[in-house]
Amino acid sequence: MTTNGFLQIVLFLGTLLLLAKPMGWYMSKIYEGDIPGFVRWFVPVEKGLYRLCGIESGQEMGWVRYAIALLWFSLLGMVAVYALQRLQGFLPFNPQHFGAVSPDSSFNTAVSFMTNTNWQAYSGESTMSYLTQMSGLTVQNFLSAASGMAVAVALIRGFARHSVKTVGNFWVDMTRSVLYILLPLSILFACVLVSQGVVQNFAANKIIHTVESQVYDNPKMDAAGNPVKDAAGNPVTEKATTQAQTIPFGPVASQEAIKMIGTNGGGFFNANSAHPYENPTPLTNFLQMIMMFLIPAGLCYTFGKMIGDTRQGWAILTAMTLVFVAMLAVTETSEQAGNPAFAALGIDQAASSTQAGGNMEGKETRFGIVNSALFATITTSASCGAVNSMHDSFMPLGGMVPLSLIQLGEVVFGGVGSGLYGMLIYAIIAIFIAGLMIGRTPEYIGKKIESFDIKMASLVILIPPLLILCGTAVAVMAEAGKAGVGNPGAHGFSEILYAFSSAAGNNGSAFAGLSANTPFYNIALGVAMFFGRIWLMVPVLALAGSLAAKKRIPSGAGTLATHTPIFVMLLIGTVFLVGALNFVPALGLGPVVEQLAMVGAH
Amino acid sequence: MNERLKPVALFDGEIVWQAFLNAFKKLNPAQQIKNPVMFVVLVGSILTTVLYFQALIGQGEAPAGFILAVTGWLWFTVLFANFAEAIAEGRSRAQAASLRKAKQDIAARKLLAPRHDAEFSLISSTKLRQHDIVLVNAGEFIPGDGDVIEGVASVDESAITGESAPVIRESGGDFSAVTGGTRVLSDWLVIRITTNPGESFLDRMIAMVEGAKRQKTPNEIALTILLVALTIVFLLVTVTLLPFSFYSVEVAKSGQPVTLTVLIALLVCLIPTTIGGLLSAIGVAGMGRMMQKNVIATSGRAVEAAGDVDVLLLDKTGTITLGNRQASSFIPAGGVTEQILADTAQLASLADETPEGRSIVVLAREKFGFRERDIQSLGATFVPFSAQSRMSGVNLDGRQIRKGASDAMRAYVKEFGGDFPPQVEAAVDEVARRGSTPLVVAEGNRILGVIELKDIVKGGIKERFAELRRMGIKTIMITGDNRLTAAAIAAEAGVDDFLAEATPEQKLKLIRAYQAEGRLVAMTGDGTNDAPALAQADVAVAMNSGTQAAKEASNMVDLDSNPTKLIAIVETGKQMLMTRGSLTTFSIANDIAKYFAIIPAAFITTYPALGALNVMHLATPASAILSAVIFNALIIVALIPLALKGVKYRPIGAAALLRNNLFIYGLGGIVVPFAGIKLIDMTLSALRLI
Repeated sequence: MTTNGFLQIVLFLGTLLLLAKPMGWYMSKIYEGDIPGFVRWFVPVEKGLYRLCGIESGQEMGWVRYAIALLWFSLLGMVAVYALQRLQGFLPFNPQHFGAVSPDSSFNTAVSFMTNTNWQAYSGESTMSYLTQMSGLTVQNFLSAASGMAVAVALIRGFARHSVKTVGNFWVDMTRSVLYILLPLSILFACVLVSQGVVQNFAANKIIHTVESQVYDNPKMDAAGNPVKDAAGNPVTEKATTQAQTIPFGPVASQEAIKMIGTNGGGFFNANSAHPYENPTPLTNFLQMIMMFLIPAGLCYTFGKMIGDTRQGWAILTAMTLVFVAMLAVTETSEQAGNPAFAALGIDQAASSTQAGGNMEGKETRFGIVNSALFATITTSASCGAVNSMHDSFMPLGGMVPLSLIQLGEVVFGGVGSGLYGMLIYAIIAIFIAGLMIGRTPEYIGKKIESFDIKMASLVILIPPLLILCGTAVAVMAEAGKAGVGNPGAHGFSEILYAFSSAAGNNGSAFAGLSANTPFYNIALGVAMFFGRIWLMVPVLALAGSLAAKKRIPSGAGTLATHTPIFVMLLIGTVFLVGALNFVPALGLGPVVEQLAMVGAH
Repeated sequence: MNERLKPVALFDGEIVWQAFLNAFKKLNPAQQIKNPVMFVVLVGSILTTVLYFQALIGQGEAPAGFILAVTGWLWFTVLFANFAEAIAEGRSRAQAASLRKAKQDIAARKLLAPRHDAEFSLISSTKLRQHDIVLVNAGEFIPGDGDVIEGVASVDESAITGESAPVIRESGGDFSAVTGGTRVLSDWLVIRITTNPGESFLDRMIAMVEGAKRQKTPNEIALTILLVALTIVFLLVTVTLLPFSFYSVEVAKSGQPVTLTVLIALLVCLIPTTIGGLLSAIGVAGMGRMMQKNVIATSGRAVEAAGDVDVLLLDKTGTITLGNRQASSFIPAGGVTEQILADTAQLASLADETPEGRSIVVLAREKFGFRERDIQSLGATFVPFSAQSRMSGVNLDGRQIRKGASDAMRAYVKEFGGDFPPQVEAAVDEVARRGSTPLVVAEGNRILGVIELKDIVKGGIKERFAELRRMGIKTIMITGDNRLTAAAIAAEAGVDDFLAEATPEQKLKLIRAYQAEGRLVAMTGDGTNDAPALAQADVAVAMNSGTQAAKEASNMVDLDSNPTKLIAIVETGKQMLMTRGSLTTFSIANDIAKYFAIIPAAFITTYPALGALNVMHLATPASAILSAVIFNALIIVALIPLALKGVKYRPIGAAALLRNNLFIYGLGGIVVPFAGIKLIDMTLSALRLI
């Protein structure tokens, strides 16, 4: 890696860790209802909202009520987004006059945005009206993020409280998440983005005549939208010429801001953060990366603050950071090293002042190798899914890192809220085994970990393998599943595996070689996204309820401290052993064999 | 009784043979399903057996020999696990049998009619049933708990209550209950027995060792859930590998899809069979180790809870101090020599059969060589202790010698016109401050001095408390003494805290207060008045010398009646958890090496590049898979001794303990299978079995 690249990574991590504490402190204040002075002028708005919706903000909920509220609210949001897409032709703010989105694609997108996945089978600029983008997708960006944060806060309260039946009020947590955290940050960030050249308007797309005519390869699609392949299994393309170029417009900045802050990842445009109108400069790129991790990192501190022992929060953050750095190192070196097959052809792949070197396929020149690999690692660590480069074009190992990070359950920082509660589940399993190893009934942060808690934690760790492996198995057996593969061979398998990992992990990024906008993938991935989110949240809330009801055990001489380096190492070990072992065979038949074949051939 | 039981040898021939037979009996699916992990292995074994027969008739997916070898080792895996459980059960049963023999047997006079002069037959106390009537004469032990239905007698209950003065037991009223193991000092009693044989702790414990009645402990249940979850995950991993393999063969256009035999082998290797197979053996062995320490536990839950104890409450009398106070010095009043005081005190105590009284006689003899005199030949009359007078003594040649508590004695001498010298007053206070009990001696209306009755703290107890402290357990002494006395003894014994002037209510309150804080409280006790507190405590250890009520309220009985036995109990509880945790870690860590063995072997025909993952350089794909399966089966056998003996506990602090165990079982779990599988592969190749 180049010195420049190294410094950029240090700058990124340094900035992030500096911001974690103030952000975490702020969020803990918000969730504890102790609104800091500089945002107190929001309070009348908050109170007004409660009055308007008939919410009794003082009334606390047990975990069951909390979960039911969350489920109804999510389902309602999903139905709304579905309806908006189907009816957009009759609704305003549609300068391109887009018609209704197909039922399966609408379903997929509705689930996708409700679950904070933002898997995009559609292409935004050529399917969605501005109304759909703004009041459907962007609104869900806020709400799905807030629901993740609400669940995380409920779990934190489970640890912080003792001998009570309640974990908070869902409506209050949602309102506060949006009003005090997501909205102000998004407005601020949107303004910064606009200043850097991100568009924000309601204008129709502009079609301009280019001076020269462009010739390009257009992949041939069959009626179902699957690529047509020749006898060798390679996609068939046909030459096309055009002199027209479409300049897309729209309310981009407003959606872009929450897309990163809420770790949603659903771009306004198909090219996502690689598009110059979404992510125009290295500065916006840097800020977008920070924004993806800002709330997840901050929540670790919030956790420590709310349970009254910030060391616990730092320990979790340390574990996350260490895994992140290790994974990042693999992606960076693998991308920077490039393809050994090229070396034999005498191609210079070394970084120099005139070129980035390494594997630049699918990467934007304005970001280069380091920032593309960094962005890819971040977006898959967090359950964001925004991309500024094409993961499909990464080297086998470089692509395996994003894939594994998703498969670990996106607990390395992770999605807003979901990352923390996912990591806490691993912490519970780690402490369970560690507690047994020192001869005590395991306890984490003063809470005894008993069979009900392990049952809920087990449900959570069962989800990713169930959805990912079974989904992939169905896809590689079904003709409809195999039809979408862009690159046959082991890489085709990786593409399908990535799609189901991304959906079940609520990430939303893709190995884009897979043509997934087909009824089969829209429905299969929709189901994976739905259960990957909801199935995870309900046991986590049940766990929150169970923990809140427990007594708090004061720590004594025999208690195992959970802020120590040894516990951090154990936590990391558990994440890898429990989270990653399940995917070893699948990865073996995908990226690993690709890598070995590539290295072995030369 | 206090003799330690001879530990059962780790692998006693008879036990091993029985366990061998039981391993097969346990193949019964109804029994096997209780262990979900091993049930999966059983189903896998049956499936590969079917595949083998399919291969025999020429439609095999793989060479019949290979399937047979895998099948055989899968069956061994199940049998080895069953064997581990059976051997643990066998050892515990042997342990319990020897305990049963050791149980104290008292000959009881069973009356044929509820009259003291009825015909009787001599039977063993262990055969006494509820409603049996027994006669107990002076000097005999009461054979079981019961109610007095006829007679009045003084009973020495000091062994149980710690109270030195004999108590009167008579039919009817509040004083009719008697306890087994106490001794009738005078007269006789007719007693109706109130408990049955077979309801004793020992019987309950033996029943628990038998598989059918054994209940899983809370942590065992939680661990089982985790293991089941992991098993389901690995089931998903292997089941989906079949379509993945079909697809890979299709796109790579080479090789064969993975066989079911290999998939089943992979599944069995990945699921946590090591811990799954040894889990119940660890639990049973834990109970067995308790028995080996002469502790009878009535539930595995209690043994496990013992590992979590934060606070230990100990009754002072009989646990921290020797049961009875002993005379330690004579403090004469002004104008009286120590010799006169000792002589008079001895005379007053000659007929006093209480341990304190005897200790005065002994002290006088030791200090001044006064020989014991026969009270009858002296023509003295004994004035026994009574609740009214609160003193005892002798009348001898017109001399009236009395000894008793200072306030009783003051009232006594004042009545006869004497006075209580301030110097004696000071001596009384000084003695009390030292934690001892002052006993004032008077002759007529003249105070002769003070006898210091000292609570003797048991030898070596301070070190034991220090050890408990290192384990993270706080010790609290409970006593009926006043604060001053209690503080002095607490300091001498080295306990962390004490509760003075304790009433049963206060004990209960103290336990509840600690429990409300979330702490786990253990208590050792022996008296009936301890029973409510024992019932409230999370871990209650009754001394075998204690009353039946105390034993009933407890979940463990210490046959040695040794209060510091709790250290051993805590260690055993911890060991049980540690063994489970360590083997779970080991089991999961093993999977890494197994992947490296099986994945390249299973898919090398499709993707030759995967050969690079064969880091162990195993000879052939078949030997790689077989070696992993064999390792997986043999490791269960190799770890049986560890499961039976338990991982060693040392009070070195939680962090150090975790670091050590992680290093041994975590890192070891990663490394050992690499070496083991390679070794087995080399053996298979050398023997040309593959």
